Amino acid sequence: MIDCAAYIGQYPFRHLPHPEPDVLVRVLERENLSGAWVGYLPAAWHRDPAPGNEALFTALAPHREVLHAAPVVRPDWPQWERTLRDVVEQGAAAIRAYPMQWNMAPHDARLAALALACAEIGVPLVLTVRFEDLRQRHPLDVAGELTGAHVRALARARDGVKLVVTGAGRDLIEEVHWGLTTEEQRRVFWDFAWVWGPPEDHFAHLLRTLGAERFVYGTHWPLRLTQNSRANLDLLPDDLRPAAITDARTLEK
Amino acid sequence: MTDEAPLAGSAPLIDAHAHFYHAASGRSDWERVNAARLRAGDRIGITYHVASVLGSYGHTSPTYFPSPADVSAGNAAMAQLANDPRIRWYVTVNPNYTDHALGEIERGIERGAIGVKLLASRRADDALLDPVCEAAAAHGLPILHHIWQHRTREWPNQEISDGRDLARLAERHPKVAFILAHLGGGGDWAHSPPAIRDVANVYPDLSGSGVDRGMLDLAIAILGARRLLWACDLTMETGLAKLRALDAIGLSADEIADIRWRNTARIFARDAFPRCEQ
Repeated sequence: MIDCAAYIGQYPFRHLPHPEPDVLVRVLERENLSGAWVGYLPAAWHRDPAPGNEALFTALAPHREVLHAAPVVRPDWPQWERTLRDVVEQGAAAIRAYPMQWNMAPHDARLAALALACAEIGVPLVLTVRFEDLRQRHPLDVAGELTGAHVRALARARDGVKLVVTGAGRDLIEEVHWGLTTEEQRRVFWDFAWVWGPPEDHFAHLLRTLGAERFVYGTHWPLRLTQNSRANLDLLPDDLRPAAITDARTLEK
Repeated sequence: MTDEAPLAGSAPLIDAHAHFYHAASGRSDWERVNAARLRAGDRIGITYHVASVLGSYGHTSPTYFPSPADVSAGNAAMAQLANDPRIRWYVTVNPNYTDHALGEIERGIERGAIGVKLLASRRADDALLDPVCEAAAAHGLPILHHIWQHRTREWPNQEISDGRDLARLAERHPKVAFILAHLGGGGDWAHSPPAIRDVANVYPDLSGSGVDRGMLDLAIAILGARRLLWACDLTMETGLAKLRALDAIGLSADEIADIRWRNTARIFARDAFPRCEQ
């Protein structure tokens, strides 16, 4: 099982302890995870994603067996199609996009074009709902959370789209899932790092109603404790243990 | 109860911040949620849940501004729930109604309450909290106070307080142990440890849905393991994650035992948690 939602690099709004790739490798081993899709955290706030992608590939190179790059492709940037081809050739396991940080509306045609291009190549597109709890955000962190409308619009783009949405809670997951056709639902995978466990048991409810195959394992390291996702699995009611969630590795090209 | 080995080990473990629901909570699944807390608690290995009921949870009066009638009904339900040997309880009060609050504390003690729960009905350093604190001091009851980590503005439906506000109250009542609620429960957690560092009778609980890396490390570095209480509040998976993180960051066995249960046992009455002392 791999972690679909890890990063390296610092976060603009608070200090993160040791967000380095060699630390991540040790954490994955401790958590019994075989690898991770790794993004470069500062790139979410960069205008030009190229330097961040270069830093990401360079930093991950010594750990390429375990840490798989998830670089950024920004579909309003010149020659983004070439960038997409180049990063996939370099070994990108998934592509990250940040519509909220780029001020892109749900039905922005450029986002749809990116989803279509990723589908054409067969690479998953990773969307991030949030980095931090709404109640603690820095006054300058005003991008807002990814909306259900964004996800629904991309899931409806075409067959072959593979969306991995990280950081969603129960409400967003349900409003997207039940707003899609059965075929469209199969194009969306969710991590459960922000989904509540007991006693509300939102995660158990979602496994029962959406199916375990819709969920992938994500930790949001180095922002959050990696132990949380494992704890959510461990505290499922007996009839849901062990839940057969999807290994994000199987979504790769 | 389960026969499986507890996920967090068999050493004593006290959840210092839990909640239960009741028939007047306005949700039809209240029994399921209560059962889920006990089921998950057994799986984790929680020896005691120290819990409160927050009035009607917004059903007939606001959660953080409960009416006296809802406070009384909630406390009565909580006292019934505490017949379970795994449960201890805080008596909830609204300090805007002084006579009622003091009466609830007396009735709560008669029915087995071991602490007082204050919501966000009044700022923590407001003079209306003084009679409640004096009653708590007289009876040796710790006070669990709802806290927003760093108050930068008002938020709807609660009169929020932060670590600085609670520290001012705690300085006025040095004989009372104050539990600063849910360090991971919203707001900027980095603000609270320095805000209460020099006020030794304030003890943060680690509960809340927030599991930011760095939070535990900062709290331990500034306050030390003797000031922190393990707890879950509304999300028990984050409680288990924090327990596992405490193991991972290299605390000593003594420090972990302090956070798991000994600090909580120290600030409550001597006989409050007999199964931890066995």
